[in-house]
Amino acid sequence: MAVELKDFYEKFRDPKTIKALSKAINQEAQKLDHPINIMEVCGGHTHTIMKYGLLQLLPKNIRFIHGPGCPVCIMPKERIDHAYILAMQEDVILCTLGDMIKVPGSRGSLQDARSKGADVRVVYSPLDVMKIAKENPTKKVIFFAIGFETTTPMTVALIENAMKQKISNILYHINHVTVPEVMRELIDSRDEHIDSYNNQIDAFLGPSHVSVITGSKIYEEFPTKYKRPVVVAGFEPVDVMEGVLMIIYQFLENRCEVEIQYKRSVNRNGNINAQKLIEKYFEKRELFKWRGLGNIPKSAWRLKDEYEHLDAEKLYELPKEEIEDHKLCICGDILRGMAKPTECQVFGTACTPQKPLGSCMVSSEGACAAYYKYGNLLQEVQ
Amino acid sequence: MKKVVTLAMGNGGIENMELIQKTIQRHLQNEHLQKAEDATALPSLTNPAFTTDSFTISPIFFPGGDIGKLAIAGSCNDLAMMGAKPKFLSLSFIIEEGFLLRDLEKIVRSMKKELSINGAAIVTGDTKVVPKGSCDGVYINVSAIGERIINSSQENITIGDKLLVSGDIARHGAAIFAGREGIELANSIESDCKSLWPIVEELIEADIEIKAMRDATRGGVAAVLNEWAMATNTTMEIEEGRFMVDEGVQGICEILGFEPFVLANEGTFMVVVDQNDAKRAQEILQKHNPHAAIVGEVSDSYPGRVTLQSEWGTKRFLDMPTGEILPRIC
Repeated sequence: MAVELKDFYEKFRDPKTIKALSKAINQEAQKLDHPINIMEVCGGHTHTIMKYGLLQLLPKNIRFIHGPGCPVCIMPKERIDHAYILAMQEDVILCTLGDMIKVPGSRGSLQDARSKGADVRVVYSPLDVMKIAKENPTKKVIFFAIGFETTTPMTVALIENAMKQKISNILYHINHVTVPEVMRELIDSRDEHIDSYNNQIDAFLGPSHVSVITGSKIYEEFPTKYKRPVVVAGFEPVDVMEGVLMIIYQFLENRCEVEIQYKRSVNRNGNINAQKLIEKYFEKRELFKWRGLGNIPKSAWRLKDEYEHLDAEKLYELPKEEIEDHKLCICGDILRGMAKPTECQVFGTACTPQKPLGSCMVSSEGACAAYYKYGNLLQEVQ
Repeated sequence: MKKVVTLAMGNGGIENMELIQKTIQRHLQNEHLQKAEDATALPSLTNPAFTTDSFTISPIFFPGGDIGKLAIAGSCNDLAMMGAKPKFLSLSFIIEEGFLLRDLEKIVRSMKKELSINGAAIVTGDTKVVPKGSCDGVYINVSAIGERIINSSQENITIGDKLLVSGDIARHGAAIFAGREGIELANSIESDCKSLWPIVEELIEADIEIKAMRDATRGGVAAVLNEWAMATNTTMEIEEGRFMVDEGVQGICEILGFEPFVLANEGTFMVVVDQNDAKRAQEILQKHNPHAAIVGEVSDSYPGRVTLQSEWGTKRFLDMPTGEILPRIC
């Protein structure tokens, strides 16, 4: 039987199944002796929760804490400035993905650069960059690569394919980040906030698309070392609701482990070929600054030295100094799960999707944007 | 060698005249155009409506239509939505040097066909040719005058009115995205591009109490409903499950991370009717598209906002689309 696209989402949005899961969650949650705070690490999950109104289906003792997993939200201003500077170079075409072009750096966004004459292009897939490079042999095409484990293999596939086809005018600015390190940071940090947020996260909902690549094994330290269960869940409403139910069962049965809800594509080991390809071209950076979270060790990739002739970060003079975020913006606290977007004094007033101060309001996966777009009916539990 | 538009064809001289006469006027000829004077004298209209729009679409030819069909249907639809029968149109071409004459003629033929559906005529026009690189093939501006038969306006919307959609949504936006990005699906998606006056005329003739209509073009259904909610300070309450989205269109939305509610339509409109006429209006609309439906009603629960009820009982706001529509990152 042929597989159709709708097979991938239709039954995972089935109203009867969602209602049945809601009923089961509400029944089982009554047996809990304390509330559970679940951090959905990924902005994609935040988006699903808000878009489908899932909070309205949950009992009060099951709460979501929105995590730092949005590649646009966590990009510090200095790196957006890099993109801006690169885009403004003569004979450069800067390519990047989706919402990245809207995020303001200290000099403006890539959209602003484009309006000043820079050739900035949004690509749907990194492999589209090859076509642009072939069509513009006299220009340098720089791929401003962003994203978590999900998009990293596409960047290395671009590098591999461009090399095979001897396309020599593509350069890379690598900003790929990794999930486990930031999760560890949220629990492990020893700054003044430690008690407040450390005590809030009881369990993690892990993003399925990350584990399609890495496998579920990357989360194994969290139940063992940190006593936090992790359920790797998909992005459809049925996936998220089932993931929540699995977490509740772990607490009721005194289990603490990594479980996979998204069994249709995730296993323990992930896509070994993709992992090998990443390690062929990339190595971990010692430190990478995350917006609002500061420098996190080994939390991002860079091109290996042997490929430095492809590395725009090395070939162009780019400023190194760190840039402070807007004073009124509490993106950092939101990304740490310490504050809800609505607690920010500029939320929906000085900071809106049309005129964002912080990146959480820019990206469609950002917590602030999700709250702004869908959030005001949250109190009206059906 | 294929014949192309040259800069000389925009010079106001013989070449210009030939381009207009042989490629454009030949297909669109009527008593007004024939006079070829500086302006056209028109008969007086009792209750005129006037609109203008420019068309800059890429790709120029797309599944289900082309820029010519779009220009006529789009302009006439703007009149139809005001309850006005399209009558007289102006047509202005801006053509890039090197544009294929055969393609230009294809566009003009599409226009002719669409004009006849509306019972309207081009009564004045203009053609400019610009150097290669100054525009993307061809741009078209159309202004249109029609005669209002009923007073369709958002000012008439009141609490309790019913909201209807005339068919499945988001086809045009999805077809254009698929065409532009070279996304190939097993079942190709066709734009819903079409003239709406014949459907509107049927609603009027059936004496349906139409309060307001709007074709859900750029910004899609979400933009129309938000504009109505804001302009009237009421709430547009809709149910997600009542909207039909074609499988291929939904596929494009899934791949790129779009919501069908914000994608453009070019032959699908929203209509507000008195609650007593909703069922009859639905029956008429369904004759043209079986997916037409009563999708919600006007209330005062959240003034100025649009609410969307899911099939599993949750509710959220459907916001006005903002900025460029960009695909998601992961």
